[in-house]
Amino acid sequence: MKTTTQWNIVCTVDDLVPESGIAVWTDDGPVAIFYLPHRLPALFAISHTDPFSGANVLARGITGDLNGQPVVASPLYKQHFNLVTGQCLEDESVSVNSYRVLLDGNAVRLELTRARSLAKAA
Amino acid sequence: MSNKTLIVIGNGMVGHHFLEQFADSPAAAGFNVLVFGEEKQLAYDRVHLSEYFTGSTHTDLAMGTADWYRAKGIDLHLHEPVTAIDRERRAVTTPKGSYRYDELVLATGSYPFVPPIDGRDNPNCFVYRTLEDLDRIRACAGGARTGVVVGGGLLGLEAANALKSLGLDAHVVEFAPRLMPVQLDDDGGALLRRKIEVLGVQVHTEKATTAIVNVKGSRLRMEFSDESFLETDLIVFSAGIRPQDTLARSCGLDIGERGGIIIDNHCTTSDPHIHAIGECALWNQQVFGLVAPGYTMARTLSAALNDDRDAAFTGADMSTKLKLLGVDVGSIGDAHARTPGARNIRFNDEKAGHYRRMVISEDGRKLLGAILVGDNSHYDTLLQYCLNGIDLPENPESLILPESQGGTPALGPDALPDTAQICSCHNVSKGDVCCAIDAGATDLGAVKAGTKASTGCGGCAALLKNLVDSELEKRGVEVSKDICEHFPYSRQDLFNIVRVNGIRTFRTLIRQHGKGHGCDICKPTVASILATCWNEHILATDHVPLQDTNDTFMANMQKNGTYSIVPRIPGGEITPDKLIVLGEVAKEYDLYTKITGGQRVDLFGATLSELPEIWEKLIAAGFETGHAYGKSLRTVKSCVGSTWCRYGVQDSVGMAIHLENRYKGLRAPHKVKMAVSGCTRECAEAQSKDIGVIATENGWNLYVCGNGGMRPRHADLFATDLSDDELIRTIDRVLMFYVRTADRLQRTSVWMENMKGGLDYLKQVVLDDSLGICAELEQHMADIVGTYQCEWRSAVEDPEKRKRFREFVNAPGQKDPVQQWTTERSQRRPAGETEVA
Ligand code: SRM
Ligand SMILES: Cc1cc2nc3c(=O)[nH]c(=O)nc-3n(C[C@H](O)[C@H](O)[C@H](O)COP(=O)(O)OP(=O)(O)OC[C@H]3O[C@@H](n4cnc5c(N)ncnc54)[C@H](O)[C@@H]3O)c2cc1C
Ligand code: SF4
Ligand code: FES
Repeated sequence: MKTTTQWNIVCTVDDLVPESGIAVWTDDGPVAIFYLPHRLPALFAISHTDPFSGANVLARGITGDLNGQPVVASPLYKQHFNLVTGQCLEDESVSVNSYRVLLDGNAVRLELTRARSLAKAA
Repeated sequence: MSNKTLIVIGNGMVGHHFLEQFADSPAAAGFNVLVFGEEKQLAYDRVHLSEYFTGSTHTDLAMGTADWYRAKGIDLHLHEPVTAIDRERRAVTTPKGSYRYDELVLATGSYPFVPPIDGRDNPNCFVYRTLEDLDRIRACAGGARTGVVVGGGLLGLEAANALKSLGLDAHVVEFAPRLMPVQLDDDGGALLRRKIEVLGVQVHTEKATTAIVNVKGSRLRMEFSDESFLETDLIVFSAGIRPQDTLARSCGLDIGERGGIIIDNHCTTSDPHIHAIGECALWNQQVFGLVAPGYTMARTLSAALNDDRDAAFTGADMSTKLKLLGVDVGSIGDAHARTPGARNIRFNDEKAGHYRRMVISEDGRKLLGAILVGDNSHYDTLLQYCLNGIDLPENPESLILPESQGGTPALGPDALPDTAQICSCHNVSKGDVCCAIDAGATDLGAVKAGTKASTGCGGCAALLKNLVDSELEKRGVEVSKDICEHFPYSRQDLFNIVRVNGIRTFRTLIRQHGKGHGCDICKPTVASILATCWNEHILATDHVPLQDTNDTFMANMQKNGTYSIVPRIPGGEITPDKLIVLGEVAKEYDLYTKITGGQRVDLFGATLSELPEIWEKLIAAGFETGHAYGKSLRTVKSCVGSTWCRYGVQDSVGMAIHLENRYKGLRAPHKVKMAVSGCTRECAEAQSKDIGVIATENGWNLYVCGNGGMRPRHADLFATDLSDDELIRTIDRVLMFYVRTADRLQRTSVWMENMKGGLDYLKQVVLDDSLGICAELEQHMADIVGTYQCEWRSAVEDPEKRKRFREFVNAPGQKDPVQQWTTERSQRRPAGETEVA
């Protein structure tokens, strides 16, 4: 099957919180977007759903770096997730979806796969 | 294959320890091992038996698991007592059958001695040795008001404490003229008695019980030889223990005159195939009623069965350090100065309630023994002098004098010889610890795992930590006090850096003094330090990304991502109007409502976007944030006090409200709780709080560094009969000193336990101003009190801050699909997985 992607505008720069995360609603489910202005690139996006609790909370975790990797700590049970890959640092078998995200002028665009969003809609 | 059989009779602490040693030794391969235990349960930690009354279960106390026995191939027969030993046939009999042995180990422990008093078999008379005993006592205590313990020794006092914890008025009846006659002298016993009576246990010494008779239903009357009497609902006998040697006697083994199975240095009895260890054994005319000597016997026997004839039991040190009803008691070596020529040095501070006695040799060079009551901080040092024969300093009294009067600080681990015993439970010496470190252990945890030190009674924990730190430092291993990979500093270091350099943001701090971008350890720690130092709003742009989850949204996150809300209710006092508002708001937002353990109301189930709306309503009704989310002051619990209560001697509610309003904005290394009681009945449970205040006729008594929670700690009495002003000033200083010097997430209890010099030192700093910093501490507190703002009020009034409270920034009104609800007992709660439609 062929999948095409689309870059949806999900919010604007003013919605972002420096050094922290916010959540957006997408066809692919809730996504957490982090804005770390002292890094390049400065934007990261992973699923907002904490796989250990099922709750939609990852955007509310504390960001930082461990051994050079940019991470967020889940606010519920404190596991760390790599912001680029979505990999959980404490448990190799667990990871969350990660997304490409970019700044287009004032708009924040998130890459969502069309196939997936179509499947959801169907 | 195994051909021989080893049988162990008794599955108690020592029997189990023996199996742990033996199962992993080479000889184990040659034996089938069978164990018979009379009790229903697998061996458990009898030393901590009383914790069974304070929430521990058998599983918590168990020393091993059935799986472990299975894995080691040990055939475990619980609830199957051995009733006879046939030495000819080498077999033991139980109600279920007969079993042959090649080697037999008796680990039958001891039984409580019950003096031959008429009526001692009354159903409301108990002993204190097994879990079943405690079940029986608990069942009887249900309908009871008063309980008496017969016997004022170590175990008797522990039993009295247990009765108290069951809510009974506790009495102790002792035959001798003082408490703990074995370990203490008259002065020590008298001080202990005074302290215990203050805690509400009544002590009756020089009382010989002659009869126990029933009066009025199940109530008992104890009659004494001096014709006095005492009425009670239940009696616990704790008048000493006797070795359990019945089996050994009836099969003709040599028994001591006053009981006990006679053993040699290899723990073998008069029959070369029968061995005895633990409290049932008699070595050199002595039985040992402590667990450490029993463990040594267990190790000796395991070595002997492995043909190691060098291992020998050569007696044991019977020194003891305990906390009885929260009172420190220590007794070391020849405490009663029985050695010819022994001399005494005594220090007795009746005001502080400290008694210390040193027994020294005729030439004044060696320490022979010691007695401590009220403060055990000198115990470790004295014990090391005594056990290792270290030469005493020129003026030995300096060892027990307070530092302010010329006392010397504790003996550092460097001064100890390699043979010095660090952990008596597991017989670990300083040399063993050094070996473990040389073999690659690089921190305390690894040393513990490798040597087992400090995994028994825990009494050696502080000494072990000091030793490990100092040995690691000597080897050039840096003992890392760094809080995380981003800062090479402890919390206290960071605090000083921030304060001295006037640093106001995390960015500046990490750029100048750290590396990387920070993490969930250092960010909240620094956030708390910044708040304590400068008291800016925690949601200010620079600070918001540093906050722990709950601080970020100023509410406590629940498991489904919703939040709870706890408005401040100072001192637990609330008007009907405000109660109605709480009810109305809860109803409007369908919030689950619960009274908390801290005398206030918790509203659960608010979504992120509802939080500011709800707070707007609460603030309009006069509520403020309760900081239930913060590492800061939680509640000041109060009792109703002199305003209403017939016993109250001061206005405890008024003081509680005053304290709560004074300290409500203070951010600390961990949460802080307080309570104020209106009289000694202590209905506010102040002695379990970080700061506890109890009213007296003349003012207030201040207690510090108590803790409930995971590891409860009784608060220490810090100062007495303070005026209102003195009380506030003292609390200001204690709190500020805590906030500046404690580790990250360290409650005041652990802070106190880790403080060099302990309570005495804290008193010197706070009461005598020994560091000359009290004025600064007070000024700092005044600054914080002066810059207080209700965080929620400032947040709801600021549109920028409010923006943070959106579930999905691009979809207002979008409900979080994960949050599913159901109804229980007429309120809404999160639905479980199977309940979700
Ligand atoms: C609501 C409440 C239980 C209740 O329904 O009564 C409660 C609820 C929580 N307690 Fe507690 N504790 C509550 C009273 C207590 C008490 C009793 C008291 O304060 O008198 C204790 C023991 C006393 C003490 O702290 O010394 C207590 C000892 C703990 C501990 C263990 C602390 C310790 O030092 O061992 C934790 C864990 C921690 O803080 O690390 C904890 C942590 C928590 C947390 C914050 C767990 C969490 O992270 O989610 C719970 C959050 C509740 C929420 O979302 O609102 N709670 N907790 C009580 C709130 C009181 C209040 O009005 O603020
Ligand atoms: C409340 C309390 C507090 C204590 N506090 C301390 C302390 O702080 N420090 C300290 O060092 N010590 C303390 N002790 C003492 C410590 O518990 C004992 O020294 C230790 O338990 C002795 O171990 P043991 O294996 O010899 O005996 P036990 O632990 O008593 O085990 C003996 C076992 O053998 C079983 N048994 C007996 N006869 C038979 C039979 N015929 N067949 C099968 N099984 C049999 C018994 O049922 C029992 O389970 C305390 C004891 C109590 C009760
Ligand atoms: S005891 Fe445990 S479950 Fe209960 S409120 Fe406290 S933290 Fe939560
Ligand atoms: S002395 Fe008991 S654990 Fe070390």
